[in-house]
Formats: sequence, C-alpha cells, structure tokens
Amino acid sequence: MASNMNQSAEAALVIDDVVKRFGRGQEIVTAVDHVSFSVKQGEFVSVIGPSGCGKSTLFNIIGGLLGDYEGAVKIGDERISAPHPAVGMVFQEESTFPWRTVIDNVAFPLELQGVAKSERIDRAHHFIDMVGLASFEKAFPSQLSGGMKQRVSIARTLVSQPKILLMDEPFAALDEQTRLLLGDKITQIQQQLNQTTLLITHNLTEAVQLSDRIVVMTYRPGRVKRIVNIDLPRPRTSDVVGSDAFGHYVAEIWNDLREEASRGMADSESAASRRAAHG
Amino acid sequence: MAETFLRRRAPELFGVAALAASVLVFEALIRGGVVNRYIIPPPSDILLAFERVIVEENILTRCRDTAIEMIIAGCAAVLVGVPIGALLYRSSLWRRAMEDWIGALAAAPIVLAFPLFLVLFGRSPKTIIVMGFVHGLAPIILKTVEGLASTRPVLINVGRSLKMTPSQMFWKILFPSALPVIFTGIRLSWTFVLITIVGVEYLINLGGLGQLINELAERYDLPGTYAGICFVVMVSVLFFVALERVEAWLQPGR
Ligand SMILES: Nc1ncnc2c1ncn2[C@@H]1O[C@H](COP(=O)(O)OP(=O)(O)OP(=O)(O)O)[C@@H](O)[C@H]1O
Ligand SMILES: [Mg+2]
Repeated sequence: MASNMNQSAEAALVIDDVVKRFGRGQEIVTAVDHVSFSVKQGEFVSVIGPSGCGKSTLFNIIGGLLGDYEGAVKIGDERISAPHPAVGMVFQEESTFPWRTVIDNVAFPLELQGVAKSERIDRAHHFIDMVGLASFEKAFPSQLSGGMKQRVSIARTLVSQPKILLMDEPFAALDEQTRLLLGDKITQIQQQLNQTTLLITHNLTEAVQLSDRIVVMTYRPGRVKRIVNIDLPRPRTSDVVGSDAFGHYVAEIWNDLREEASRGMADSESAASRRAAHG
Repeated sequence: MAETFLRRRAPELFGVAALAASVLVFEALIRGGVVNRYIIPPPSDILLAFERVIVEENILTRCRDTAIEMIIAGCAAVLVGVPIGALLYRSSLWRRAMEDWIGALAAAPIVLAFPLFLVLFGRSPKTIIVMGFVHGLAPIILKTVEGLASTRPVLINVGRSLKMTPSQMFWKILFPSALPVIFTGIRLSWTFVLITIVGVEYLINLGGLGQLINELAERYDLPGTYAGICFVVMVSVLFFVALERVEAWLQPGR
C-alpha cells in the first residue's frame, strides 16, 4: 500500500499496457500495441514516431476522448475513460474559436467554470502574457499567424492550470524558425510552472530540445521501441541545438527512427501504387 | 490617399458605373427604335414616373406594407427554421428522412399554391405572410443543418476535453460556428420571402407593392410599372443591408 502510494505520488501519469484496435474482422488495424511508460511530476516527456504510428490515437486515449481501449491510462488511481479535469489538451489542428477575441478564447474554460468576469480576464491576461501575445488580446484569430493561433490554444489550455499538459504536434504546421522559438517559450513556461508535460511529435530536434525523456515509437503497430533519457542541462534554450551533446542525441534517436520511418514510407508508397493500379 | 480610396471603393464604383452604362445603352436602344418602347419604356420615362407614383399612388405606404409583411414572414422563418434545423441535426434518422423533402420545398413554386392558402387564411395579409414564411423556411432549415454539421471536429473535441454539457456545446461551439452558414441560409430565404410576398400581392391583388404593380400594369402604365419594380428592388436592398449589419455585429472578426 505504502509503495503504491509512493509510486502514484511520483508518476503523474501512467500508461500501462495500452492497446487500441480500429475496425473489425479482416480490416483490423492495431494503432497502439502494448504501450507502457510513465510521466513523473514536473517531467517533460515526448513521444516520437513516424506518421501513422498511432500517436494521435494515444493522445486521444490519454485525453479521455477515446474511452474504448485495452490496458490502463492512470492518473493517481483513476483509470481514464473520459476527459479528466487534470489533463489539458492542445490539438494538432488549429483549434481557436474564430468568433472570439484572443482574450475571450483564452478565458473560455474559466467562463465554463463560472469564474467571475474580472477574475477570468485577469487570469487569461496572465497566460496571454506568458505566451507573448499581450498586445494581441483584442485581436481575432483571423488576424493572427499560425504560430500565434497555436500560442492562443496553448494559453487557453494552461489557463485552467491542468496538472498534466498534453500536446499533439502543436507546431507541426509551423516553419522551423517559429518552431524553435516557440520551443523556447514552451521550455520557459514549463520551467516556470514546473508543468508536467507530454508532447506528441514527429520532429526530432523539437523532441530533443524540449524533453527530459523521449519515447520512440515503432511504425505499425505502434509499440515503444526505446525510451531515451535526455541529459541536457536545464534551464535550456534553443541555443542547445548547436551543442555536441544535442547532435549526439539526435543522431542516436534518428538511428532508431530511420528504420521505422522508411518502413512507413515503403508502406505508403506501396499503398499509392496499389491505388494507381486500381484507379 | 485619394488613390487608396479609389482602390478600396473600386468594386462599388465599378458596379455603379456598369449600372449607369447599361441604363444609357437601353435609353439609346429604345430611343433608336431597336427595342420597342411599349415593351420596355426608356429609363428616363421611368425616372419621370417616380414622382407620379410617389405622389399619386402612395407608393411609400405600399413599401411600408410590403416591408412589414416581409419582416414578419422573414423573422418567423428564422425563428422557426433555425430550431427545426437544430433538431434535424441532432437526429440523423429525421435528417435523412426529411432533407430531400425540405430541399423539394425550397425549389417548389409555392406562389402557385395561392388558392389553397386563400381558402385557409382568406384574402388578407395573413395569406401573404404565411406564404412568404413557408417559402422562406426551407433554406434556413437546410443551411442550419449544414452549418451545424460542418463544425470542425477539433472544436468539438476542445469542448469534449473541457467536459462541456450538451447545451454549452450547442450554444458556445456549434451555434457560433454554424452562424456564417446560417446567414447564407437567411439571405437565400429572404430572397424567396420577398419574391413570394410581392408575387402573392400581385396575384390576389391585395396589399403593398405587388398590388400596385398589378394595377399599373393593367392600366398599361409601363413607366409606372417599372418604377414600382424599382421600389421592390429598393426594399430588397434595404433588407440586405440591414442583414449585413446584423451579421457583422453578431460575428466580428470574420
Ligand atoms: N477512427 C479511426 N478508425 C480507423 N482507423 C483509425 C482511426 N484513427 C486512426 N486510425 C488508424 O490508426 C493509425 C494511427 O493513426 P494516428 O492518427 O494515431 O497516427 P499519428 O501517429 O498521429 O499520425 P500523424 O503523425 O500523421 O498525425 C493509422 O493507421 C490510422 O489509419
Ligand atoms: Mg497525429
């Protein structure tokens, strides 16, 4: 009992032997296959893998949006099968509300909780500041760039102060420079809030730049191939990208990933040629 | 400064210029005898007829009558159509069962059913309003369903991750997201409503602009008839400008 309590106090999030299959009969696809790992309190963990390896599926399971799966995702002693208030999600696609200003977007979760207007403006203001959009509070998403919209989504998720921040390729649609700078922002925020974070990504430099640990996934079925500890000093900035240690980690993980990524590519090529032959 | 003003206003200026040019072309064609002036009177005669229809035919009160019928029928179509659309969106069975019928209703020339409505509602503005309403209903229902159904799934997932209740989900995500499409439906609907109202006024010889146009046409007062039609156009422009304002006010930033 005591050891059990100890474990759950340390690990904020436990993913225990999770399996998810889609479809039935001949058409069955195993998207996530016996995946296990955990995220400690205050830790930054990335899950990396080629496109189609089941990352978003895993994200949806942890976020409680896909309740029907095998194994267990646990927060404390609770098995997740519906959205949990301790988890804040940032989605892969752009997800701001185009009919709300930046500040009203960010204050949205507080509005749902019935927080008084002046307080929710204050709190939203704080997080908008944190993501560096203070001068855009009254702007509408249509007036912002892609990177700025993604920062709005991040602020909107942070405002309800989730114990666990869960992000699915939040920077996938952005260019490399914006991505590095936003990475700095994320690192700062994470260090400032001691935020427990699970980041889903297919970007190698991003994963190494930000993480304490990286979970490398295989391509179909999505299994854990390896878990790599990233011993780069904190506090970190994007300067770390130039260091030898950084290059070493990138090379090491790329070694693992290359095989998976090329399997993925061969797969989609053969699918495309099948389609071409049929069409 | 002057140049940017010109550039910004270019579409409108071009529109006005095109209108003026086509008026001049018609004037020339008619005066030159290419077009029979007993079919289309010269624009200048129509312009002169404006004073007559305003002073002698009380066209402004008739505009008001038509506008009031239009407001009642148009708003009723919105107030009834949007909830029906929302209900259809929620029930896929009803939706699949009804969508084609409603589409058929939108396409049907309802004006021709006026004898039926006359029997039901008598020769009164009620008939005109009800027929306008019925014709204006379908596009709003269809566009409401379409708008709600085209809400981006990721926004719904944001709502789910925040544990929103079904009613919060509707009012705070689905409905605002569907609004632009619903407004497209309203614009379509109000076009139908105005056509039907003026058409039925004409057919049953009762009420505002439609009746006046009927009378003027029977008197072979062609410039007056066309002047009357110009007033119908003005009423319609008025409604669409008002609708645009409401839309801009309801959804800034888009
Ligand atoms: N709802 C679903 N029904 C059937 N199959 C699905 C469903 N969702 C995902 N899949 C399948 O599961 C596999 C993993 O998909 P997933 O979206 O999790 O990949 P991903 O790693 O997030 O890819 P990407 O990097 O491109 O976002 C894919 O083969 C996909 O076709
Ligand atoms: Mg994905």
